[in-house]
Amino acid sequence: MYFLRRIGFAIPLLLLISFLAFVLVRMAPGGPFDRERAAASPEVERQLKQKYRLDEPLWKQYGYFLGNLLRGDLGPSLRYRNHTVNDIVAEALPVSMLLGMLAFGFALGVGLPLGFFSAVHRGRWQDWAGSFAALLAVCIPGLVLAPLLVVTVAIKWRLLPVGLWGSPWHAVLPTIALGLFFAGKVARLMREGMLGVMQSEFITTARAKGLGEHQVMLRHAFRLAVLPVVSYCGPLLADLLTGSFVVENIFQIPGIGTFFVNSMVNRDHTMTVGLVLLYAVLLVLLNLLVDFIHAALDPRIRYA
Amino acid sequence: MNVEPSSQSPRQRAWRRFKRNRPAVAGALFLALTIAFVLLYPLFSPYPPEQVSDSQFARPSLQHWMGTDVHGRDLLVRLCYGARISLVVGVVGALISLVIGVLWGAIAGYVGGRLDAVMMRFVDVLYSMPSIIFAIVLMSAVEPPAERWLAHLGLPADRSVRLIVLFAGLGAVSWLTMARIVRGQVLSLRTRAFVDASRALGAGTGHILRRHIIPNVLGVVIVYLTLTVPGIILYESFLSFLGLGIQPPMASWGSLIAEGVGQINPIRIYWWLIAFPAGFLVLTLLALNYVGDGLRDAWDVRGA
Repeated sequence: MYFLRRIGFAIPLLLLISFLAFVLVRMAPGGPFDRERAAASPEVERQLKQKYRLDEPLWKQYGYFLGNLLRGDLGPSLRYRNHTVNDIVAEALPVSMLLGMLAFGFALGVGLPLGFFSAVHRGRWQDWAGSFAALLAVCIPGLVLAPLLVVTVAIKWRLLPVGLWGSPWHAVLPTIALGLFFAGKVARLMREGMLGVMQSEFITTARAKGLGEHQVMLRHAFRLAVLPVVSYCGPLLADLLTGSFVVENIFQIPGIGTFFVNSMVNRDHTMTVGLVLLYAVLLVLLNLLVDFIHAALDPRIRYA
Repeated sequence: MNVEPSSQSPRQRAWRRFKRNRPAVAGALFLALTIAFVLLYPLFSPYPPEQVSDSQFARPSLQHWMGTDVHGRDLLVRLCYGARISLVVGVVGALISLVIGVLWGAIAGYVGGRLDAVMMRFVDVLYSMPSIIFAIVLMSAVEPPAERWLAHLGLPADRSVRLIVLFAGLGAVSWLTMARIVRGQVLSLRTRAFVDASRALGAGTGHILRRHIIPNVLGVVIVYLTLTVPGIILYESFLSFLGLGIQPPMASWGSLIAEGVGQINPIRIYWWLIAFPAGFLVLTLLALNYVGDGLRDAWDVRGA
């Protein structure tokens, strides 16, 4: 029941988001035709605006946008005028999604065991080493890691390709560059969660019952300790799936992250709004999933 | 009333515990030395930060400890100026995000019901709009009036004014995760027995928040604050990487790394252009994180 209501809320939420984005991008000074190679004459610009209905009142423009949206059409790109936003999304999004999933898998695959391992060895050297590794990862963002990987692994040692997208080898460096930072974050949240749960009474009870340490940690503690990580996974995954400008830019990967940022810089309004909406839909769905998992893992959480 | 067996105040105890935490003290020391260095070194350096010279891409040497960049500028001096900007941005932005996020999340999670729904939907809406939209809109829309306003007051409308506007805005868009995490913790806390007991004894909302909820979420908040300072420093780097943050000839860690990335080519590796800004950034973030962890352990309510 609760989740049905949440889905019911999602529709107006998405409408609100699209409207906010619609208004916000138009609030920034400058228009989509300011950066043409040759400055458009006033007459040309007037005609362009007429063609894309930018000369009409805002609410009417939004009406047209919604009408198109009902048919699943995000409209033409104002910058790449031979393409619709749908075309560009269909081409670039799968690349970003694949890279994002790889990075997500890397982040969880490295972060969860690392955080768990550190916590169960609390106070010993393993904890110190594990925590240091997690901390170091959090301090090395893609912006730093990507150029370092390119210069060392790709250019100096020539082990992996410098950039572009194609074979699985092309995915290795970008996945690490994108995922390592989040692996550190996951590990820290996991360790923090474990340390909190390990002090709760039901863990003492489970031990008093005579359960083995492994069983207590894995079956009882882990399940609650992972909750902060689960919370974090919603926005994390939405972010990763819609592409990273920095990593795509440095490795020359034809993903959607580049279009996203460029559309805002170029005032390509339709593209920005379309991509914001895409991100929003993903995020709403993922957050719903997160709450669902929360309720399944923690019996204390009840959604009335 | 809590009667302390020892004669120390909680703050004194926290300080004593912090002093015993060697990595944290080392981190604090490193930060203090770094701040002193970036403030003092340019006074004694023979090279002004924006002085162009003929020795382009000089390797690190006794003349230029960290080499020079494409315009023959001394990298170390530029790093010092960049560090000042990055540090100020991180601290101010994080404090703003802390205040907004904790208040928002604690109230929503504790009061619950309809208010929680409204407040968290609001967060959902902002969350679902990538903050870079706000950053770009804010930057381009707020700058002209701010400059006019300053000119009106007779103050010089220099570049730093625009940065302050931008970075306050960055803090104001970085509080969402904090609010979400705090709310999740509070949601789980408020169904716990000791909160029920306190309420059954007639404690008011304010008392329960102060006495039970806030102390229990403090650990997570502090850990997340330490992740927010680097987060905002990185956001600034990201904007500078896009060319939207710090404008040349000013510098920040991000813009310096971006300059280094711009010089990557398969023939000659100017490693110092990436390694030094990146190393400086990573070390500072590490130190910040260790200090944050130390503070967390020193004030930790649960670990006492």
